[in-house]
Amino acid sequence: MNTPHHDCCAHHGHHHELVIDGLSVSYRRVKALENVSLATSCGNRVALIGPNGAGKSTLLKAIAGLVPRTAGTILWRGTAVKKWSSEFAYLPQREEVDWAFPITVRGLVEMGRYPQTGWWRKFSPADRAAVDHALESLDLKNLQYRQIRELSGGQQQRAFLARALAQEAHVLLLDEPFTGLDRNASKLLGDLLAKLALEGRLVIASHHDLNSVPSLFDEAMVLATRPIAFGPVAEILTPELIERTFHEAPATQQH
Amino acid sequence: MDFEILSNPFYQRALATAGFIGFANGFFSGFVVLRRNALSVSALSHTMLPGIALGIFLTGALSQWNAFLGALFAALLVGLGSVAVARGNRVEQGTALAVLYTAAFAGGIALLPMLDTRQELEHWLFGDIIAVGNADIWIAFGIGAFTLLITNLLMRPILLTLFESNVAAAQGVPVRFIQYLIFGLMVLALVSSLQAVGCVLSVGLLVTPAATVSLLTDRTSALFWGGGLIGGLGSVLAVILSGSLGISPGPAIVIVLGLLFVGAYLFSPKYGLLTRVKG
Repeated sequence: MNTPHHDCCAHHGHHHELVIDGLSVSYRRVKALENVSLATSCGNRVALIGPNGAGKSTLLKAIAGLVPRTAGTILWRGTAVKKWSSEFAYLPQREEVDWAFPITVRGLVEMGRYPQTGWWRKFSPADRAAVDHALESLDLKNLQYRQIRELSGGQQQRAFLARALAQEAHVLLLDEPFTGLDRNASKLLGDLLAKLALEGRLVIASHHDLNSVPSLFDEAMVLATRPIAFGPVAEILTPELIERTFHEAPATQQH
Repeated sequence: MDFEILSNPFYQRALATAGFIGFANGFFSGFVVLRRNALSVSALSHTMLPGIALGIFLTGALSQWNAFLGALFAALLVGLGSVAVARGNRVEQGTALAVLYTAAFAGGIALLPMLDTRQELEHWLFGDIIAVGNADIWIAFGIGAFTLLITNLLMRPILLTLFESNVAAAQGVPVRFIQYLIFGLMVLALVSSLQAVGCVLSVGLLVTPAATVSLLTDRTSALFWGGGLIGGLGSVLAVILSGSLGISPGPAIVIVLGLLFVGAYLFSPKYGLLTRVKG
């Protein structure tokens, strides 16, 4: 796979590490996340699993800088991320997006370039090439002038991934990307995430279907407001742990 | 048609006002349509009446400044009030907004006769575009130009915010600031056109043009420039028609814009009712 717009980082090893240490988030007085720590690196696909209200979405949002942290640090490639980084891309749950918005697939992907172009600069040939490349690598070229509602669920998910590629994001934060996709579209998206990780990106996604975790992800974090376990999927997904997490741990109500 | 009337300076001024306010508000209507809250714009504009009345009541005179401050004050009070009431979980925000803005509007109407102005209710509802003074035109022009400038400068962060505020924030857009900015500009646009076209009409101008364009295109930028074009040309056409048909120009503008919308709704090549039935 030829990736001219992405500086492949798989072989740099430790330089492309994401280290989260002691992260806590509260909504008003309700603790949504407590003391979450994890360390992972580019090339991995990390699943966030746990019961409803366990803080999966909150963790994604906290990494993306969408909710204020009450404690903890996030290190990306050795540098502290204070609020947000253009190397992180957040992909919302599909039902949170206004699909009737009058914008084409290409327009959506072009929005991903705004961190590079800033608020005023015109699109350069390089910007256009990045958009073209993102559309091509996600197989959306022939759909680029469609309004976004005219896409299938899987295609919509790919359009947001293309937007993240146009942004040249290294860390992809996906909120329940497989929800509502049929078997075929799920398979396609799973392969795609594997490809993106292989090219050296870090994929972190909240996920609720425990059965498909081993085939879709390399590592998993089990959350119930507090971190229960983190590590390679094969080590983490033991029956006892699942029993403990999903049937006993009291989940905090999420907003 | 009687073209002699075109040489009448009042009439010329009315045409210029209609064209300019139509364009500026039509342009801004793109944001209102994308924000999906046309109804709250309507609530906002009705809320402004008591605010402006209060401004006159307290300062004893009507100026654009006390009108703006009064309108902003009332809009914030009702807007934030509805959010606060909805937080109690019992009453939905739309319901709370409807309760508060109708009450505020009624309060404004009760206050009107106590004021030392010659403006009557109909003036507040539909304005009097033939009677606008030079100062009103210049202020509307200034506010319109300011709004156009700011929105064009900040077009990208505004669009990012309106489309998906979480993704926008993850790209470093100051989402909260942009949302307040749009709200502030909306109040400004409403106030600037209130004198000339009244509160019902200013809502029509701030919603209908882009709603019409949204039926005709999927391109985001077309919503703004197309909305401005439809708003401006439609308003000018309506003022000319109103002269020859003998109806008031204010309502004529809303009717013409409404008819254009119905036309697009029926005949749009992609989203039109007739097209869909045939397909």
